[in-house]
Amino acid sequence: MAEQRMDEDRILATDVTYRYPDAERNAVDQVSMRVKRGEFLAILGHNGSGKSTLAKLFNALYVPESGTVLMCGMDTRDDELVFEIRQNAGMVFQNPDNQIVATIVEEDVAFGLENNGVPPAEIRVRIDEALKIVNMSEYARKAPHMLSGGQKQRVAIAGVLAMKPKVIVLDESTAMLDPSGRAEVMNTVHRLNRDEGISIVIITHYMSEAATADYVIVMDDGKIRLTGTPRKVFSDVETVRSLGLDVPPMTGLAHDLRHAGIDIRPDVLTVEEMVEEVCRLS
Amino acid sequence: MPLVVENLNHIYMKGGPYETQALHDVSFTIRDGEFVGLIGHTGSGKSTLVQHLNGLLQPDSGRVLVDGTDLADKTADRKQIRCKVGLVFQYAENQLFEETVEKDIAFGPKNLGLDAAEVDRRVREAMRQVALDYETISQKSVFELSGGQMRRAAIAGVLAMKPSVLVLDEPCAGLDPHGREEILGLIKRLHTESGATIVMVSHSMDDVAQLAERVLVMEKGRLVMDGTPEEVFTRGEELRSMGLDVPQVVQLCEQLRARGYEIPERIYRMEDIREILLKILKKGEHHAQ
Ligand SMILES: Nc1ncnc2c1ncn2[C@@H]1O[C@H](COP(=O)(O)OP(=O)(O)OP(=O)(O)O)[C@@H](O)[C@H]1O
Ligand SMILES: Nc1ncnc2c1ncn2[C@@H]1O[C@H](COP(=O)(O)OP(=O)(O)OP(=O)(O)O)[C@@H](O)[C@H]1O
Ligand SMILES: [Mg+2]
Ligand SMILES: [Mg+2]
Repeated sequence: MAEQRMDEDRILATDVTYRYPDAERNAVDQVSMRVKRGEFLAILGHNGSGKSTLAKLFNALYVPESGTVLMCGMDTRDDELVFEIRQNAGMVFQNPDNQIVATIVEEDVAFGLENNGVPPAEIRVRIDEALKIVNMSEYARKAPHMLSGGQKQRVAIAGVLAMKPKVIVLDESTAMLDPSGRAEVMNTVHRLNRDEGISIVIITHYMSEAATADYVIVMDDGKIRLTGTPRKVFSDVETVRSLGLDVPPMTGLAHDLRHAGIDIRPDVLTVEEMVEEVCRLS
Repeated sequence: MPLVVENLNHIYMKGGPYETQALHDVSFTIRDGEFVGLIGHTGSGKSTLVQHLNGLLQPDSGRVLVDGTDLADKTADRKQIRCKVGLVFQYAENQLFEETVEKDIAFGPKNLGLDAAEVDRRVREAMRQVALDYETISQKSVFELSGGQMRRAAIAGVLAMKPSVLVLDEPCAGLDPHGREEILGLIKRLHTESGATIVMVSHSMDDVAQLAERVLVMEKGRLVMDGTPEEVFTRGEELRSMGLDVPQVVQLCEQLRARGYEIPERIYRMEDIREILLKILKKGEHHAQ
């Protein structure tokens, strides 16, 4: 097999358009984008802007009406590749109730592995590892319907981690988690991204999470409106707000201070950077 | 109309192998017109607790008194009492089911046995409160609405019951920043203009800090803190140790203090820190000149 190139494309979408049956307009409209090996992308956009639809086009749940999606080089239109595509692209959906299939937590985590023919001993190891990462080891033998909203979300994430895919797509997967649960999930995906070169795509309404990505794209009416590093995209506060979004709290604070005549950097993202700026200016 | 929770215990699947005690001896009183934020780690018992407030779940021991009446009291008019506490569920729009927005909002009041004219009045009033335009939206299918609009329709359905206490379980989860502002603004308005008592469950420390006058903190089924946002958010270490955090504004204050800046205690709102920073930085400019 050819050696893996560092800049290998994991997701390559070219002029992708998708419309739901009977819909008046395209949910995804002429979208082109790429995610390389080891890249971390955040997709932002107001409710209904097409983020989840785009994510479902990545792993062949939907196929484009026109244009192409290549997942790890495989065309999502090719029926014969669907199984392999889904092995390579792990998805955590917006609503964990739609994702959990088994009646016992650990069986749910094992589900994808069994389907993949992973040997039982290895399955055991991976389940334990994945549940430990999301802090749900003590719930391994419980029934998913007995869990709180955030606990279900953690189980769904464990199921994808256990698969060790090349690409992980998290569609608002931290929406129901508490602050430390959110931080843990973000730390975990950053570690997988850094240490194992797994490409990460997060869809989120938390601007502070998006600020940790390598780059962000902002969707609106199915189209990509803005793209760039978080620092670049968020420093244009007015445009971001006009697209129904916001900027991270500290970026908003810097923006207000600039309006009041303070010469602070417009692209402050985090609390730490704000502290540095205050020290520099006073 | 105070809402009194006394020594509440709740056990799921009692006696079974997976018995879980979700609430341990929880007690508090909410006074008329208070705005209470309820925070706690994943699985700490928040949803279990709020479902006791309108009698949806029954305590294993302890009681919930609404207006002095025990929710478990068989002789009381329970329908009447329960609709005094309106509960908006986590992902409430999943429970919209009628074919039009109007019918969905009318469902509760109709069930109360109100006459058609009163039901209609209430639907219009509730839609006005959540800023959904009656003319253009009432006849739409709920599935034609955006995420934020659906959430507002779900809240309207609860408001149409005219509750005096409004309990919202994660009302902003899954909404984009614009929708979030909309819903938070709506809740704030209901509180200040109609004087409604509000209990809001949230994982966003920033939202709770901006709105709540009192914060209750749950940990492993127990109520472990109860105070003003100033009091609760100065206990950053404890909050972090239980999976929570402090708002970014408080983090900023902590770090600036560590660098030797004199920031007053108990600052937790964005507008307050902005004024303080302006003073510090404007002074800095004078020095430079
Ligand atoms: N199953 C479906 N059938 C028909 N239309 C749909 C379906 N799912 C989504 N849509 C429509 O497609 C558009 C894009 O929806 P999508 O779910 O991709 O948005 P999103 O950006 O993920 O929004 P959110 O932030 O609310 O999750 C919207 O107009 C939506 O109403
Ligand atoms: N139907 C149920 N059957 C059995 N146990 C349950 C049930 N619902 C919740 N639990 C358990 O009770 C505890 C409290 O759950 P609850 O849903 O009240 O938490 P929560 O604070 O609302 O969490 P989250 O922030 O994730 O929504 C959890 O340990 C959960 O596993
Ligand atoms: Mg979505
Ligand atoms: Mg809950």
